[in-house]
Amino acid sequence: MRVVAIDGATARVESAGVSLSVSLALVDDVAVGDHVIVHAGFAITVLSPEEARETLAIFARLGEA
Amino acid sequence: MTPAPGDEARALVASIGRWDGRPLTFMEVCGTHTMAAARAGLRSLLPPKVRLVSGPGCPVCVTPVGYVDHAIALAARPEITLVTFGDLVRVPGSRRDLEAPAPTLARAKARGADVRVAYSPLEALAIARAEPAREVVFLGVGFETTAPTIAAVVIAAAAEGLANVSVLGAHKTMPEAMALLAASSELTIDGFLCPGHVSIVTGPEVYAPLADRFHKPCVIAGFEPVEILRGVDALVRQAAAGRAFVENAYPGAVRAGGNPRARAVQDEVFEPCDASWRGLGVIPGSGLAMRDRFARFDAARRFDVRLPAPREPRGCRCGDVLRGAIDPTECALFGTSCTPDTPDGACMVSGEGSCAARWQNLEIGP
Repeated sequence: MRVVAIDGATARVESAGVSLSVSLALVDDVAVGDHVIVHAGFAITVLSPEEARETLAIFARLGEA
Repeated sequence: MTPAPGDEARALVASIGRWDGRPLTFMEVCGTHTMAAARAGLRSLLPPKVRLVSGPGCPVCVTPVGYVDHAIALAARPEITLVTFGDLVRVPGSRRDLEAPAPTLARAKARGADVRVAYSPLEALAIARAEPAREVVFLGVGFETTAPTIAAVVIAAAAEGLANVSVLGAHKTMPEAMALLAASSELTIDGFLCPGHVSIVTGPEVYAPLADRFHKPCVIAGFEPVEILRGVDALVRQAAAGRAFVENAYPGAVRAGGNPRARAVQDEVFEPCDASWRGLGVIPGSGLAMRDRFARFDAARRFDVRLPAPREPRGCRCGDVLRGAIDPTECALFGTSCTPDTPDGACMVSGEGSCAARWQNLEIGP
């Protein structure tokens, strides 16, 4: 999911029209525009740009299917 | 529904399909892999000589029946609000009255217990803040991915001085269970498809003993069908070459060293302990217990509950399924009394359970 806003230790993330508030307590160095993997309301990792691109491409293909 | 694989997926299926050596059995130990493989019908794409079995990767499934009894007993107390991930509410506890349906948290709720389903443990904190007169207990079930989230909630509760929230913990760590299965003579596993999300936290290094000591190829895979196929292909290649090493096929998300911050949060609250797994028994060092200085957040210590000896559902072979010793369809209850609508065992309850996934797969057709 893509980080669209950060407020202290909480971020707003979005993916495919879904918007969530997630805790940043378990990750370092997150910036707006980064892609994160979310588990149980927490960002657990920041994806590398390549991985984010690939995941988005997979989602795009699923959207076409 | 058949997957709509791209060129890469087709190439991977073809590559795996060329294997014509000894039969290979790979185990995936991740509920999300179980679900994704079932949805995409991946097993039907593999050649007869490459078999993918599900191991103990579904957190609800490996949680022993005694834990469910404990949760139901807590829910029965009028002062307690029990907050849980959704899967757990339908897992049967010990059945003592054979005339009545097995007890579950869902049935307790129907009889008036305050049981609430949450997506995140953070919701337990919000409830505890909003309803200070309630004793809020969160059911902490899960592997290395979930334990840090629970730990973060405990740290936040301690920092805020919230006195009415606690966790009934049954956290487990995966490598010890995988080592037990690797050493088992019941099923020869030729390699492990390692869990993507667990590995994000642990890093690939935790699987090194499986590769080095037990000579089992270990490949970490992502969750899209094509990513799982990449993982299986990498396992076949290692097996074909007679090699066993840890390979990270999910490199954008899983990094060397994992997520040290998540592990530090987890280590602050939890310490390793022996843990009981459904189907596998007690595995030394495979669980996480709350450290003494957080004892007041430990629901097991906070509330004195007397529990009779647990009883597994009669005829249920979840344990054999979780070890990969039988296919779900080999259980006499599968599809007869035990279906996703009327589950006898935990593996049929959870969407991540092998039995539920197999059922869904059979309904969809190969």
